[in-house]
Amino acid sequence: MNTLVLAVALFLLANLVVALIAAARGPTPADRMLMALLIGTTGTGILVLLAHAMHLSALVDVALVLALLAAIGGIAFAKRAWHGKEDDHD
Amino acid sequence: MIEWLSMALLLVGAFFFFAGTVGLLRFPDVYSRLHALAKADNLGLGCVLLALALQAESIAAALKLLLIWPLVLAASAGVGFAIARRAHTLGIAPWRKEGP
Repeated sequence: MNTLVLAVALFLLANLVVALIAAARGPTPADRMLMALLIGTTGTGILVLLAHAMHLSALVDVALVLALLAAIGGIAFAKRAWHGKEDDHD
Repeated sequence: MIEWLSMALLLVGAFFFFAGTVGLLRFPDVYSRLHALAKADNLGLGCVLLALALQAESIAAALKLLLIWPLVLAASAGVGFAIARRAHTLGIAPWRKEGP
């Protein structure tokens, strides 16, 4: 069981690396922000899996904080930071 | 029995995370990418959390794990709405299939 949990965590980490590359490449600011949201969710999943596999229940709190921060980041991006300029050199 | 159910839920969750990543890479515009992101948020994380809650040592630990899910559900719905409305306000047209 623990092996499967760690394997799934590793698989999610591979997903996260792919999302990171796509976020660096992504042409518009919205693409990058959606990748950041995906990284937040995937990171939450990885932390919860690690908390189970390594018996570190504090990691569940870290996962909660990460989920909250991703939500706040997404809202802040939509409300304040996205002005629709496709060439984002700022 | 619970062990097998938990393993199956873990694999289903991993599949939905993978589907969300692939959809975010492959879909053409911001609206359909939001759709793909919601799959990873709601089903992927939900299945993983349910699988781990089945294995938890105590009821309190299981409830704490399951508490993350409604939070992420509400956050996903709110962020999806905010980003889609902003994209609409900025005049980004939804993608349409080219054809006759």
